[in-house]
Amino acid sequence: MIDFTRYVGPKMGGAFNKLLDDKHSEHLGIKLDTPFTRVLVLLILGAACVGGYRIIFGLGASTNMNDYWPWGLWIAFDVLGGVAMAAGAFMIAGAVYILNMKKFKCIARASILNAFFGYLLAAISITFDVGRSAVIWHPLIMWQINSVMFIVALHLVCYLTTLATESSPMVFEKLGWHRTLKFLHRIMVGAVMFGVALSLLHQSSLGANYLILPSKLSPLWYNKHIPYMFLVSALMMGFSMVSFETILTSKVFNHKASKAVIEGLAKGILCFGCLYFVMKTVTIISGPGLGALFNNGFLGFMWLLEMAVGVVIPILLLAKRANRKDIDTVFVVSILVILGVLLNRLNVGVFGVSDYANRVGSDYFPSIMEFILTAGMIAFAILGFKLCAKYLNLFPETEH
Amino acid sequence: MTISRRGFLKGVTGSAVALAAGVPSVEAKMSTVLPPEAVGLLYDATLCVGCKSCMVNCKTKNSVPGGALYKEDLVTGVVDALICKKSEQTEPMAAPPYETGSIKGNEGIWDASQDLSGKTLNIIKAYRNGTGEKKDSPTNGHAFFKQQCLHCISPACVSVCPPGALLKDPKTGVVYYDAYRCIGCRYCQLACPFNIPRYEWDSAWPEVRKCQLCRHRYKDGKYAACAEYCPTGATIFGKVTDLREEAKKRFAMKPGAIYDFPIQTFNSRETTSRPVAAYADKVYGLTEAGGTQNLMLSGVSFELLGFSKNIPDGALPDLTWAYIAKIPWVFLGVAIGGTTLYAITHRKSSDSKEKGGHQ
Repeated sequence: MIDFTRYVGPKMGGAFNKLLDDKHSEHLGIKLDTPFTRVLVLLILGAACVGGYRIIFGLGASTNMNDYWPWGLWIAFDVLGGVAMAAGAFMIAGAVYILNMKKFKCIARASILNAFFGYLLAAISITFDVGRSAVIWHPLIMWQINSVMFIVALHLVCYLTTLATESSPMVFEKLGWHRTLKFLHRIMVGAVMFGVALSLLHQSSLGANYLILPSKLSPLWYNKHIPYMFLVSALMMGFSMVSFETILTSKVFNHKASKAVIEGLAKGILCFGCLYFVMKTVTIISGPGLGALFNNGFLGFMWLLEMAVGVVIPILLLAKRANRKDIDTVFVVSILVILGVLLNRLNVGVFGVSDYANRVGSDYFPSIMEFILTAGMIAFAILGFKLCAKYLNLFPETEH
Repeated sequence: MTISRRGFLKGVTGSAVALAAGVPSVEAKMSTVLPPEAVGLLYDATLCVGCKSCMVNCKTKNSVPGGALYKEDLVTGVVDALICKKSEQTEPMAAPPYETGSIKGNEGIWDASQDLSGKTLNIIKAYRNGTGEKKDSPTNGHAFFKQQCLHCISPACVSVCPPGALLKDPKTGVVYYDAYRCIGCRYCQLACPFNIPRYEWDSAWPEVRKCQLCRHRYKDGKYAACAEYCPTGATIFGKVTDLREEAKKRFAMKPGAIYDFPIQTFNSRETTSRPVAAYADKVYGLTEAGGTQNLMLSGVSFELLGFSKNIPDGALPDLTWAYIAKIPWVFLGVAIGGTTLYAITHRKSSDSKEKGGHQ
């Protein structure tokens, strides 16, 4: 290992040495130089190039968005999807710190860190998506409380700070800053509660963005309950993301996932899945009617696909008690739910407004640069998580 | 330790209560009432001959400092936004932003707008059916129609703009744009039911473009250029209350009756005498999205002209306000609920610990 005290002085170097000490995670067997990591780095570099190109030449040169499709892949996938993926953290944090459910403590750190990267992904993507990236901070000082987007912006900043605070003990532990740790310990419950409120609002706000589009968003997705449907689907996705990530890390790193935890998460997925199923069904029947699913061609198909992959199949699979205890089944279900909810966000953000835009003769398919940036963002989240797993004590109190 | 934690929890609850009490007191809900001095346009498609004089003059009259098509140089634009200040616009533009319309041989020497865009605030389009002979007839006829910002009484674009870059003038009711505030999220484009705001997609420091009813010309006693340069009186400028009466009057008149149509403005002394055409449908703009300041009349129904048919009658910002008004209560609810749950779950555990200790 490199001794940083030789390069940047004893104080800074000591801190670097402590941070980069990975003895505690040796049992996980995380290797940095693997083909997979190289691919991730390449993707991130690609995204960085696209980001630079986008800043210099503008949105028209880098994306296929236009006046009839003002929001494209970056908003629908990176922002709506990335934030939904992060919903697990506040539930796990709430369960551990407020409800005192000690069972989930072992996954609290990982799920909070996971959410941190989810939100970071959303924040970076939206910075590139807005036309004037350099002044994206304007809403923080120019309040306009009629705007859901303003609420979203404020929450994004507050919640990123909260997630960073919730994750920071891992860093301070390594640095040995005991006084800071003690202070963080004292404010933790408050921070968690603040995070819970912010998350409830943030997840539903993203849906509330679409409340003002009664004449543009397809009635298959538009209804006045859309904020709550976004919230419930995000909760379902949050549990899935946490269980996916717990099982995946247990498969690739050398540590075992607790069966009780996975079963608890599966119950959560089932519970919110059923609620979401009821909401979806009731809103479609009371709104455009079931017939609309079959007369609407492609849109109806997308609705059914999203519902089948993300809701119906997972519920059927988890309905049997034995399946909820089976790690592989829960793993598959988690992936299905994640795909289903991501598809829902794409449906709302991209496909749902296609009827309107097509009528005036406009079309949208993301440009190659839009795909590269999105792929790079995902790679960034995965690599960031991996580095944190190596250098921070991410899985405390787990059996290995 | 217990005491300090309890004290801390009290602090959390206290601040949440303060937050919840403070936010609703901000009277921020968007107004749904027409400002008494509001101005607007009345466009009567049956008078329009499609000369596009309004488009030409819209472009030139707005490409001056203060105009809706005026573009600062890149450095000024970026600096203004960074220091959050609008600088004085004095430097004249080299040329109005003409569009080539992808026409061969047109190297920006004449304007060939195809649609509203980041360079075009106002456009006359044609409807044509069958032989196209009869004017203002839906079958075998033709008609002209005008697209531009309608200046909603309760504008969705203003309500959704996160930094408040789109604003509604409290006096004239004109919906205008302050570029230095804009972050470029394009939520206004998504939210506008009429799909009016357009974006400068090609620019590295883009602006949102829409008609601002020539508000920069009022101080010189002038008014909207499209009305001033309309030779037939198809577009007239005036107070919205007057224009509403005028539009309803025309709509109710018997087709063929001779009427003196005012030219340029509602109060104009100059008029043109001609028979009233058969109006179709309705006066557009009385109820759409809560009502608009610009009104339209047409001989061909607005749906056939391509105007969206499912625009709701109520003010759109109300749809989101119902949600936003609940936010403080979520903070309050989580603070109280969370604190209670915390107290319950942690008392149990400390009890069991004590019991465990005694055993």
